[in-house]
Amino acid sequence: MTARPISRDVGKSHDVGSWRADIFERVANDARFAGLFATSRDTSTTLTAVLVEAEKVIAVDTDLTEDHYRSLTERVPAAFWYERALHELSGITPLGHPRLDPLLLPSEATTHPPRPGGAPARTEGLTPAELKGPTDVSGYGMFTIPHGPVRSGVFESVEYLIETPGEDIPHLNIRPHYKHRGIAKAFEGLTVDDGVLVAERVEGISGVAHALAFCHAVEALAGLTIDEHTGLVRVVYAELERIANHLDVAMRLCDAAGLAVATARFGWHKERVMRLTSGLCGSRFGRGVIVPGGVASRHAQPEPGWAQLDHDLMRLRRDVEADARVLMRTASFLDRLRTTGILQPDLARRWGALGPVGRASGVDDDHRRVRPYDGYRQLDVPAVDSGAGDAQARLAVRWQEISAAFDLLHAAIPTLAGQPVAAPAATRAFTVPDGRGFGVAEAAQGEALHSVEIRDGLVVRCFARSASLHNLALFHDVFHGDIFTDFPFIEASFGLSIAGAAM
Amino acid sequence: MPWVTRGLRNGVVTSRWPRHADDYFDTFPAAVDVNPDPSVLSLESVEEIDGLCPTGAITIADPPPDGTTNGGTNGGASCGQRLPQVRLDRGRCILCGRCVAQRPDLFSWAPGSDTARLERDQLVVGSVPDTEDNLRAVQAELARRVRSLRRSVHIRHVDAGSDGSDEWEIQALMNPVYDVHRLGIFFTASPRHADILLVTGIGSVGMLAPLQRTRQAMPDPVVVIAAGVEAISGGLLRTSYIGRAGIGEVLDVDIWVPGSPASPFSLLHAILLALGRLPAVHPQDTRAGGKADEGSG
Repeated sequence: MTARPISRDVGKSHDVGSWRADIFERVANDARFAGLFATSRDTSTTLTAVLVEAEKVIAVDTDLTEDHYRSLTERVPAAFWYERALHELSGITPLGHPRLDPLLLPSEATTHPPRPGGAPARTEGLTPAELKGPTDVSGYGMFTIPHGPVRSGVFESVEYLIETPGEDIPHLNIRPHYKHRGIAKAFEGLTVDDGVLVAERVEGISGVAHALAFCHAVEALAGLTIDEHTGLVRVVYAELERIANHLDVAMRLCDAAGLAVATARFGWHKERVMRLTSGLCGSRFGRGVIVPGGVASRHAQPEPGWAQLDHDLMRLRRDVEADARVLMRTASFLDRLRTTGILQPDLARRWGALGPVGRASGVDDDHRRVRPYDGYRQLDVPAVDSGAGDAQARLAVRWQEISAAFDLLHAAIPTLAGQPVAAPAATRAFTVPDGRGFGVAEAAQGEALHSVEIRDGLVVRCFARSASLHNLALFHDVFHGDIFTDFPFIEASFGLSIAGAAM
Repeated sequence: MPWVTRGLRNGVVTSRWPRHADDYFDTFPAAVDVNPDPSVLSLESVEEIDGLCPTGAITIADPPPDGTTNGGTNGGASCGQRLPQVRLDRGRCILCGRCVAQRPDLFSWAPGSDTARLERDQLVVGSVPDTEDNLRAVQAELARRVRSLRRSVHIRHVDAGSDGSDEWEIQALMNPVYDVHRLGIFFTASPRHADILLVTGIGSVGMLAPLQRTRQAMPDPVVVIAAGVEAISGGLLRTSYIGRAGIGEVLDVDIWVPGSPASPFSLLHAILLALGRLPAVHPQDTRAGGKADEGSG
């Protein structure tokens, strides 16, 4: 692990003006804007923009002396939600931001900032306020349908305020604040061993990927290397998680189309994946496996044996791919997906759309392939064919990723089966020096990105950014002439987790 | 049309639980147990054990006065020795397995998905006082309330700040493996049609009002199930500025089902426990959860 592609602290101690200029210049030179957060210290606040360039992840910092700065959103649209979030959470005002409505706190913004970063929270008196949603479209017969927060069916809580004259959806507003859980603050003061448990719960359905991103950050900071065996074990859990997530999306799409048999089939396949995972480690979500420095020692060599897993996966693959082929020839299903919820390639690129949502619109920045980590260094992750950027293209990308995941598992598992386990990496003692590390991992939703700052062995700030937060804002821009009944298809095709977006 | 034949391809994949035993139900490590005889527990290791659990689920209680046993699982073994008493609160346990890995003499995985309980106190295992009489009263009261619901129920789920995994497990109840429709259990969009309120998540501030409104819109009788440790105690986020130490602070909870998240079989166990529809005990199953229902079943 000599070429860990994460660099740190580029351009420290900018003043705000040159900080902005630096960001604009890098974005103009094809850096992907991947996040923005504030770290509140006792006497000062640091603003950090995260940019992903061809080879590495870069952080650009500036120390704020005042509680405001000039907004980035006018030049970097993808900063839109990040600036709203830091406005509420850190009490910093981005001047000139087009809409500073509450996004994450169910309260009037800035009066009660929890201030992640070690500074004392000012959240006393944070009382639930039922906020009236904005109205952006006016005209004859326009009205707003609040879709949520208690949804129809078993869904995570979120509210879509759909402004409509009846059929079309000219505009909608997304309000994830209902289930904001204060994740950033929950990391603070924890050891890295406890921190990874919180990381698993940033986005519960992609817990392995978030645990990996957190551990990569810690390992980068501590200068730890991961041995080959451990790296491959991590790949096994990450790919099982990816298959389960993509099957979940397929199941929801079939459910939206009323294909009862297909829904049942993919639901069954997903259950089989989760049982394979629990057979390996006891948790259906692979929790407790990934730890800083490696994998928990009891999971280095699982009970049922790798050969059995390989055999089961081959059978599962046959069933999944046969069902997928039939599904992608089912006309009544494809009619609902084709040209539905198109994300324009141009917008996807400017926004830096992540994961399958980006890939279906031609933006493919898969960390496993472009900046490989863990076992992916010795495995071959193929690029996927993009498509027209519609819901069908997103599903097609997921099928390719499922096949690739089975390939990766079939490549990794025989190697694992033939390897004796050396001293499990996780049992080595290590200390984490003070400082900040960045870690990324490719979740099923897209890039999971963690910035972890450590002082005296404890986490003082963890910015855990899921792809769901980054991609959910794109939901505003994909309803071109799509109507009400397309909504469940577009939502399912994005495959996001509200928990990750609401933080 | 190909879906017709595909649907028949693999035969019946549905579990036969609760009428028949199910391997996955019986073997899934859904909880942690305190070993019955922690004779090695010395006062020096008390501090170490105290710091073992990231959610503070493990507590050490003082030995009972004058060595009387108190009906708990390790009461008999420690009789007269005045050892500190180890307790584990499954309502806080996130199943990270750290205690089992570091102190296998004290803690072990408890296979079996029958983890739902009628009382919050029942989730505490180890040496705990006997609450048998109280439990019977609770059980009788619940049985009276759900008499009209036993054959078929409709469930309204509300996410009050979960990490998203709980919803997957609830959704799984409708897949062909669990297929809860076979048991007359349905999920409904309208709280007006719902008999059971199934709540996940930490009880985030933003969801409190929608949660209360959903509860108020439900016609009595209502059974409230808190699903997962986040709903029971807040789990890892119990000190969050935006959550609650469990939704029990805002709702009258009837059934507590631990897990992080609660597995589909544990959720099904909770639903049937609420309705008094659990079978007495399977021939090969003599664990406590199955027996809890004898009175009303």
